[in-house]
Amino acid sequence: MSVNATPGGADVAADETATRSGARHAAVPAQRNRRRKPPLSENKKAERRLGWLLCAPAALVMVLVTAYPILYSVWLSLQRFDLRFPDQREFIGLENYVTVLTNEFWWTAFGVTALITVVTVAIELVLGMGLALIMHRTLVGRGIVRTAALIPYGIVTVVAAFSWRYAWTPGTGYLANLFSEGAPLTERASSLAIIMLAEIWKTTPFMALLLMAGLALVPEDLLKAASTDGATAWQRFTKVMLPVMKPAILVALLFRTLDAFRVFDNIFVLTAGGNETSSVSMLAYNNLIRGLNLGIGSTMSVLIFLTVAIIAFVFVKLFGTAAPGSDDGERR
Amino acid sequence: MAVETTTRAKLRWGLLDVVVVVFALIPVLWIASLSFKTPATLTDGRFWPREWTLDNYRTIFATDQFVRALVNSIGIALIATVIAVVLGAMAAYAISRLDFPGKRLLVGVSLLIAMFPQVSLVSPLFDIERQLGLFDTWPGLILPYITFALPLAIYTLSAFFKQIPWDLEKAAKMDGATQGQAFRRVIAPLAAPGLFTTAILVFIFCWNDFLFAISLTSTERSRTVPVALSFFTGESQFEDPTGAICAAAVVITIPIILFVLFFQRRIVSGLTSGAVKG
Repeated sequence: MSVNATPGGADVAADETATRSGARHAAVPAQRNRRRKPPLSENKKAERRLGWLLCAPAALVMVLVTAYPILYSVWLSLQRFDLRFPDQREFIGLENYVTVLTNEFWWTAFGVTALITVVTVAIELVLGMGLALIMHRTLVGRGIVRTAALIPYGIVTVVAAFSWRYAWTPGTGYLANLFSEGAPLTERASSLAIIMLAEIWKTTPFMALLLMAGLALVPEDLLKAASTDGATAWQRFTKVMLPVMKPAILVALLFRTLDAFRVFDNIFVLTAGGNETSSVSMLAYNNLIRGLNLGIGSTMSVLIFLTVAIIAFVFVKLFGTAAPGSDDGERR
Repeated sequence: MAVETTTRAKLRWGLLDVVVVVFALIPVLWIASLSFKTPATLTDGRFWPREWTLDNYRTIFATDQFVRALVNSIGIALIATVIAVVLGAMAAYAISRLDFPGKRLLVGVSLLIAMFPQVSLVSPLFDIERQLGLFDTWPGLILPYITFALPLAIYTLSAFFKQIPWDLEKAAKMDGATQGQAFRRVIAPLAAPGLFTTAILVFIFCWNDFLFAISLTSTERSRTVPVALSFFTGESQFEDPTGAICAAAVVITIPIILFVLFFQRRIVSGLTSGAVKG
């Protein structure tokens, strides 16, 4: 890939230009020049150019690969389009949306998905924070703990899900007889619990890894100073660590929630959606790939996307300036 | 006295470590155990195999199908990881450090891409790749992987870049360091935890992807391991491939372990002394 070589080299060079631009392009010695708002000084223009230049490769790749597929599925969602009846294809506006939103299966799946998302993300945040602290601060066997803790995330999801299914199936698994009720994967409540357990086991390391990298940014001196001043462990955690980690927490929560809401693999393997355990992504998949009803399937995709977008919006608003790209988030 | 407390602290940490390792590894051991079971005892419901066999491992290495898939997976995941982290770092640097119009748009659009259900993007992508001749090639998988890893990379990296005290660089230069030295000695160590965290996450994402891999490949030229697994069958069609799949799962977890082992030691606090903040 020739794309690789050039931006790779440019990266370092660009970094240097960025930091130098302050000193170099400023005709006036005042370095803080760009903080005030003189309309487009030479300095400012250089900063803009550099900003665009640095973002261009990433933006280009993302837009080139996804623009057409995304627009195409939005377009499909506005049509009656069932591959089994191709000649009935026509533009029907928002009719698909009405169909989906008045369908009780959709709302059942929506409830299941929301429940799984809220429960797993909440538990994962707490567990992930604990795990991150252990991985970051442990005195013994740090490499082993970190690696072992990350293995669940590294295992191919489908295989992990199969191993859970095996474990919970009576006759083949070591967990099936843990509760004497019979086959846990054939009842709704226990199925959902197992799905959530599998999700939590699998993705807590994702949370923990991001949080651990956030912990690495907390200055040791600050912690020492706080403890000399008599701060308790809990105070050090809430007053010193959490503020520094805020951006990391946002990213971890945001991306974990987005993923959790699109839960698919685990349910697919564990229950195949039986006993009303389908998630919204499973419904979309069943319509798109199995049912070949492209119109309805795309509508569901767009609805999932809109829901996730609302969640993301709320998170970003809640975290305010800790969110990437917010204007006043720039350091001092 | 100091010695005593550290011993006790070590014990406590050791105990916590054990809890974590057990929590993480029991299901993994279960998969490994299945991979060593004979077909007859596969479904006996015991945690440890009664009879040990290496047959499952022989099966997966009997043809070069699995090895080819392994090579494809490693190559594709490594290339995609390097490119995604480099492009992501460039964009994240700009987002967290520079002021330019369109910044919020970029952040918003990349999140939008991360949010769209991938199931519905697969078939249009398939059409495009067929027309461009990218179908069933390495770049045909690398490009979507970069694309869908970039939002996470950009978000993670800009979150970390934002927390780096960049003034330190100025201070270093004032103390006589050159631009290069200031970058290498001061900024790079601070940025490393974020970079390596991102690299690990992106690598695992590419490594585990099933959806794109099954839709955008058709031969062993570019088929990756998760897809190859799904094509496993037993010796005869009546034989359950579970044992072989588990053996393959064990084998493909090893590169992940090596990758994480290698990179996790870079995720340490870069801010141990002298960082003046707040």
